[in-house]
Amino acid sequence: MIRDPSDLQRYTASERANHWVVGICFILLGLSGLALFHPALFPLTYLFGGGTWTRILHPFIGVVMMLFFVVMFFRFQHLNRMTDTDWQWVRRAREMVNGDDHNMPIQGKYNGGQKLLFWFLALAMVVLFASGIVIWRAYFSAYFGIGTIRLAALLHAGFATLMIIAIIVHVYAAIWVRGTIRAMLYGTVTRAWAKQHHRAWYRQMTGK
Amino acid sequence: MALQSLDIAKRSATTTEPPQARKTPQVAKLIDVSQCIGCKACQVACMQWNDLRDEVGNCAGTYDNPRDLTDQSWTVMRYAEVETDRGLEWLIRKDGCMHCEDPGCLKACPSPGAIVKYSNGIVDFHQENCIGCGYCVTGCPFNVPRISKKDSKAYKCTLCSDRVAVGLEPACVKVCPTGCISFGSKEDMQERADERVAELKERGFTNAGLYDPAGVGGTHVMYVLHHADKPGLYSGLPADPAISPTVSLWKGVTKPLAMAGIAAAALGGLFHYVMKGPNDVSKEIEAEVDKELEGEK
Ligand code: HEM
Ligand code: SF4
Ligand code: SF4
Repeated sequence: MIRDPSDLQRYTASERANHWVVGICFILLGLSGLALFHPALFPLTYLFGGGTWTRILHPFIGVVMMLFFVVMFFRFQHLNRMTDTDWQWVRRAREMVNGDDHNMPIQGKYNGGQKLLFWFLALAMVVLFASGIVIWRAYFSAYFGIGTIRLAALLHAGFATLMIIAIIVHVYAAIWVRGTIRAMLYGTVTRAWAKQHHRAWYRQMTGK
Repeated sequence: MALQSLDIAKRSATTTEPPQARKTPQVAKLIDVSQCIGCKACQVACMQWNDLRDEVGNCAGTYDNPRDLTDQSWTVMRYAEVETDRGLEWLIRKDGCMHCEDPGCLKACPSPGAIVKYSNGIVDFHQENCIGCGYCVTGCPFNVPRISKKDSKAYKCTLCSDRVAVGLEPACVKVCPTGCISFGSKEDMQERADERVAELKERGFTNAGLYDPAGVGGTHVMYVLHHADKPGLYSGLPADPAISPTVSLWKGVTKPLAMAGIAAAALGGLFHYVMKGPNDVSKEIEAEVDKELEGEK
C-alpha cells in the first residue's frame, strides 16, 4: 500500500513481520516472566491459563523469540556499527530529550541511542537465552550444578528487568518521535521525518 | 497436603503478615545418628504412611537404596565408610528435609501457598498450588526437594504434618527399633540431645554434638553426631548451611528494585510526554522538503 509516493521505504514487509514476531514474543515473555518474578504480579498467570501453564509456556516462547531475534540481528547488525558521530550524538542526547534537537549531529539510518540499544538487546538475549536454558527445570537443569543454576536464576531475573526497561524506552521513543510507529506498521516514513531525524539516511535515500 | 488444623506462619510468594494470634509450641525430630543401625525401617514406614512406592533400583555396591531422594523416597539412609582417629567407622545418616526455620525452598518459590511453614515449624509442600518450576530445588541448602517426572510437582518429607496435626508422632519415629529417632517440642529435643551428647563425650567421642545449624535459623530435624566438628563425614552434610547469597540477592533486593525500575521507566515516559510534548517534525523542515519535491516536478 502506498500512502504517498514521496514517502521513503524504511522497512520491508518481511522485516516488519520479523520485528512483530519478536515484539509479541517479548510481551508474552515479559508478562509470564514477571508473573513468576514478583508475588504481586502472580495474577498475570491467569493470562496464560494458570501458574503451571505459565511455567510450561514461557521457555518455549523464549526459544521462538530467540530464533526470530537471531534472524533480525543478522538483518540489522551492519547498520548498527557505532561511529564517532554516534558517540557525539549520545553525549548530546540530554539536550534532545529536553526538547532541543538543533545541535544534534547528523545521523544515518539509526542514531547512537538506537545503536546502543541494539547491542544491549543482543547481549540481553544471549544472557537470557543461556540462563533460561540453565533454569529450564523440565529438560536442562539436571545438566548443571547448583551454583550455576542459582547464578542463572539471578542473571535471568536481572537481565529480564534491564531488557524490560530498555524496551519501555524503545517503545516510548517511537511514540515520542511522532511519525515513527508507521515505519513498523506500513514500512514507510515521510521525507520530512527522515530529514529531521536521520538526515544522512535521508540524503542517501533521496540524493539531496 | 492442605491441613487447616495448623496455623500457617510463613507462605511462599506472600508479602503480607501471616496469622499470629495463636501460639503453637515448636516441634522437632531428633535423629541420634550414633544409635542408628541402618535397618531402613523408617524408610519403609515413610513409604507406607505416605503411600509411596519407588521404582526398584539396582545395587551400586553400597547399602544406599534407593541411591538418592526422589519424589517417591522422601527419606533415604546414606552409608559412609570413613577413616577417623578411631579407625574405620560406618556412619549412617537418615537424609531428608531438615525443616529449616528459615527455609530456602519457601523463599525461592514463586507460587503463593505452594510451600508453607506451619506455626509449629514444619515446612510443607502443597502440591495443588505447585507449578513445577523447580525454584525450591534452587533455593534449598540441603538439596532436598524433588520434582516428579510424572506430574512435575515438588515433593519432600512432610514431617508427617498430617499425623502431627492430630497428635501422633511421625511414622519414622514410631517404627525406629533402636529409639534413635525421637519427636517432641524443640526444647525437649534439645535437652534430650544434650544428655546424649554428654554420654557420648564420656564414652570418648569428644567432638560429639548437636546439629541444629544456625545459618538457616536452626532446623526442626536435628542430628546428634559423634563427629559434630566434621558434619561432612556423614555423606556430605553441610558444615555451615545457609540460604546461598545468590538466592538471597535474587529473592531479596532484586525484586523491589526491579519493580521500581520498571515503574520509573513507564512513569518517566508518561511524564516526559506530558511535560515536554512530542518530538514533532518541524514546520521549517516540512516546508524545505515540500520545496525540494516541487523542484523535482
Ligand atoms: C530467550 C529465551 C528464554 C528462555 C529459554 C527462558 C526461560 C525461562 C525459564 C525456564 C524460567 C523459569 C520459569 C519457567 O520454568 O517457566 C524463566 C523465568 C523468567 N523469565 Fe525467561 N526465558 C527466556 C527469555 C526471557 C525474556 C526475553 C524475558 C524478559 C522479558 C524473560 C523474563 C523472565 C522472568 C522475569 C522470569 C522470572 C524470573 C524469576 O522468577 O526471578 N525471559 N525464563
Ligand atoms: S531442607 Fe530444603 S526443602 Fe527442607 S525446609 Fe530446608 S530448604 Fe526447604
Ligand atoms: S516447584 Fe512447586 S514448590 Fe517448588 S518452587 Fe516451584 S511452585 Fe514452589
